[in-house]
Amino acid sequence: MFKNLTVGRALVYAALLLMAIYYLLPLYVMLTTSFKSLDDIREGNMLALPQAWQGGAWGKAWATACTGVECNGMQGFFWNSIKMTLPAVAISTLLGAVNGYVVSMWRFRGSDALFTMLLVGCFIPFQVVLLPMAQLLGYLGLANTTAGLVLVHVVYGTAFTTLFFRNFYITVPDELVKAARIDGAGFWTIFFRILLPISGPIFVVCIIWQFTQIWNDFLFGVVFASGESQPITVALNNLVNTSTGVKEYNVDMAAAIIAALPTLFVYMVAGRYFVRGLTAGAVKG
Amino acid sequence: MSGSSSQGRLGALADRWLPKLVLSPTLAASLIFVYGFIAWTGWLSFTESRLMPRYEWAGVVQYQALFENERWWTAAANLGIFGGLFILFCLLVGLLMAVLLDQKIRAEGALRTVYLYPMALSFVVTGTAWKWMLNPDMGLQKVVVDLGFTDFTFDWLVNPDMAIYTVVIAGVWQSSGFVMALFLAGLRGIDDSIIKAAQVDGASLPTIYRRILIPSLRPVFFSVLLILSHIAIKSFDLVMALTGGGPGNSSDVPAIFMYQFAFTRGQLGVGAASAMMMLFTIVAVLVPLMYMETRSAKRV
Repeated sequence: MFKNLTVGRALVYAALLLMAIYYLLPLYVMLTTSFKSLDDIREGNMLALPQAWQGGAWGKAWATACTGVECNGMQGFFWNSIKMTLPAVAISTLLGAVNGYVVSMWRFRGSDALFTMLLVGCFIPFQVVLLPMAQLLGYLGLANTTAGLVLVHVVYGTAFTTLFFRNFYITVPDELVKAARIDGAGFWTIFFRILLPISGPIFVVCIIWQFTQIWNDFLFGVVFASGESQPITVALNNLVNTSTGVKEYNVDMAAAIIAALPTLFVYMVAGRYFVRGLTAGAVKG
Repeated sequence: MSGSSSQGRLGALADRWLPKLVLSPTLAASLIFVYGFIAWTGWLSFTESRLMPRYEWAGVVQYQALFENERWWTAAANLGIFGGLFILFCLLVGLLMAVLLDQKIRAEGALRTVYLYPMALSFVVTGTAWKWMLNPDMGLQKVVVDLGFTDFTFDWLVNPDMAIYTVVIAGVWQSSGFVMALFLAGLRGIDDSIIKAAQVDGASLPTIYRRILIPSLRPVFFSVLLILSHIAIKSFDLVMALTGGGPGNSSDVPAIFMYQFAFTRGQLGVGAASAMMMLFTIVAVLVPLMYMETRSAKRV
């Protein structure tokens, strides 16, 4: 075994460390670049630490950088993303919970087929619904609004959340629910008294998954929102790809980190659940 | 007595209808927003819609226009290159890391955290970061030149023949840790006694992995393929942020093609036709994979 082969084990560790460097390098470069001055960036080496640490790029990225015609930085778009993400995550998670409860505990004739029908929504390329959705949001007066984006994310996120909760609830023994029914407990009593108290972990998994998906979305944001209602991912792309003026890489990097902070924070705090969500979504999704 | 029993009957009645009632908003949404919208897009792809949608049947003109469009074929070829290499490298890197991490490593948790954090990032952020690192003036090229290799050039980002490969680099960076996590979970799920028995028989560790452990990861392998091909076919934000489809249209992919024709060029019909082609591609790739996955899952 490898235990006695110290050379073998050293190689394993070396390879793992090398990979760790590969994964960390972009984060390191982003961070250091964001604290450099433009001269420092032009003259220095990408991998070097800043000659003088400067926070100016961060202030500019947050408040005054140009994202197209407007030059108000990322701040407004950051709040747009929050206003979009929080309700969309809450609604899609709650819907997923009750849907998952029905398709696992209250199966009726045809419920499995209906569940499969729902699941198809996880697999379609969203390009195939963009044009009708744009028309519908226009009719509803929701084009270019945060409310419109919330609607879109709820509609296309609920298939995933239903899947999460369904996969969790089918592991709960049927006897639990049957016994409760014999005791006279109804649909909602069983849900609130028996299932909700044990659903903590799956709520965390589902909320983290939805939060990451919706915060990081670019496609819906770029198609259904414009100007002031854009989410932060779209604003970041506009900021980085505006071709006017001097390319300010330090501002670009600061803006990118600002856009990444909420999901990175969630990952740092609840990484365990994050992985579980990814694998849970993956195994069946 | 009678009061409680009628209440019970009422409760039973409610319990018969409530589940269906609770599920119905989501089902209605699915019928409209998934199935209805696919049909709507499908219909649009058979009309002469340009700037505004029109609904008179026009046959396959948009598909003809699509197939005569050189840019579409560039996008399709790029999807093949990107998809193939992205999946291949994610599988290789992910499997290698999973096997290495499976060797009772110290600080495994910390390493796993490091490998996986890119998955928490938006593809736009990933694209922005790699766009900066790969830019020929001040990025990696300069780092190597500064080391003394003055002839070194690395201009893939601005080279029309190579730009699509930078998307592969960034994509693998973002997604391979996730593949690692799935494979590692698979390896941990294998019964230890199989490994012990093989060791007793004198099999070396590499042989055990090659002959026993990796083959038993078959179901995981299919899940991973399913997810990766899904990511590849839908890939849009990464390319937009990294190369914007350029230089020229050299790193165009179907998702960008669809977006630009439908929403910035006012060619709704062609956009709808390209969206339908993307749907067919997903179906053509995913259905056989799902079929194989369920079959291999049954066998294990």
